[in-house]
Amino acid sequence: MMTEQADMNGLLLPELVAHLREHRTALRQEWATRITDAHLLSSMTAQEVFSEATAVYDNYVEVLETGSVEALQHYARDLSERIIPRGVETHEVVGIVLLLRDVLARSLFEKYHQDFALLNRVLDAYEPAANRIANTVAVSFVDQRERVIRQQQDSILELSTPVLQVRERLLILPIIGVLDSPRANQLTEQLLLGIRSHRAKVVVVDITGVPDVDEAVANSLVRTVDASRLMGADVIITGLSAKIAQILVTIGVDLNKVHTVGDLQGGIEEAERRLGFQVTRISDART
Amino acid sequence: MPGPEPPGADRPLNVSILTQGAYLIVSIHTALDDSQMLQLREHLIAQVGRQRSRGIIVDVAALDVLDSFATRTLTELAEMARLRGAETVVVGIAPEIAVAMVRLSLQLNFVHTALDLEEGLELLGELTGLSDREALVRGSRRAD
Repeated sequence: MMTEQADMNGLLLPELVAHLREHRTALRQEWATRITDAHLLSSMTAQEVFSEATAVYDNYVEVLETGSVEALQHYARDLSERIIPRGVETHEVVGIVLLLRDVLARSLFEKYHQDFALLNRVLDAYEPAANRIANTVAVSFVDQRERVIRQQQDSILELSTPVLQVRERLLILPIIGVLDSPRANQLTEQLLLGIRSHRAKVVVVDITGVPDVDEAVANSLVRTVDASRLMGADVIITGLSAKIAQILVTIGVDLNKVHTVGDLQGGIEEAERRLGFQVTRISDART
Repeated sequence: MPGPEPPGADRPLNVSILTQGAYLIVSIHTALDDSQMLQLREHLIAQVGRQRSRGIIVDVAALDVLDSFATRTLTELAEMARLRGAETVVVGIAPEIAVAMVRLSLQLNFVHTALDLEEGLELLGELTGLSDREALVRGSRRAD
């Protein structure tokens, strides 16, 4: 069965490819129209859609002809790189490739509708190749997207915990955004290294910008405070939102050893007091 | 002035004990096993009385682990020393060790901690109320 099919494919595919080449203009236009009708790739202009459609169409026919998806893979990665920053979603990419498959299948129906047996054989040749193409494009797109996400995650993690010295022996750590376990661990690490390198005695950790915590993260914060203590530094936590305060008390995190102050300003003032700094307005000092 | 080996020690301890005025400065060079920890504790408690020390600084910077036994022994040392009139400060806990200790819920209750020797001396000054001069340049107290 397989060999028989392969033989027939050997004859049918060139015919198929010739047909697609011959009707390139009409089919490509049909496809572009259907993309617009389905409201796919709405973030791109009609012209851009048309030029990408042309490139995808030619690649598509080439894959049918040669059976090698490598060039298409390369193109799909390239395309993904261009359209991901513009907010094109996975369903759009999968959608347009499936539309092309449908458009071409329709044109085959039209061409071979008088000979049902032949149509069947043509579809036998066409469908596996078409599915493979759809697969390749979708996988390339998702791969590329995941790569972008991973890169972004890495850079977020790198940027996420600045340790800043505001006075001698006084560090602040403003934390902004979601605090999950990996980030909490990274925070502990950065804080302890910061304590050692800056010889800090007081650290103010400001969590005003943290929308939410869970039990694991809360416990991690408490452990960070304990570990800092072991290295000789006091930690003051500031900016606990009403929501976080409720969460902490509800889940019963032991906060006895954690010193908290309402806001960052209060925290810095408290820290200065402990370190023996006094901030005086110049005009007050003169009088 | 390195301190003498504890009496009756069957193995040399890899620890130097320096007397600096009113303080004992203990530097642990390599990991100690449980019996050596106990030996060190015993020796220090004896020394505190003999030298009328007011503070002990234990530097653990060279250690790459502080296990539960060591932690407990240090806590006990601090308690015992306090009963004999000396405060204990542990210095030089590395970040990794600090994280490991809190993960294992090991706590140094009653023990003061500081970043390094310098900070430890400063903290002892605050705790004992001795000025640097009184604490570090002191020969008269033993004589009187």
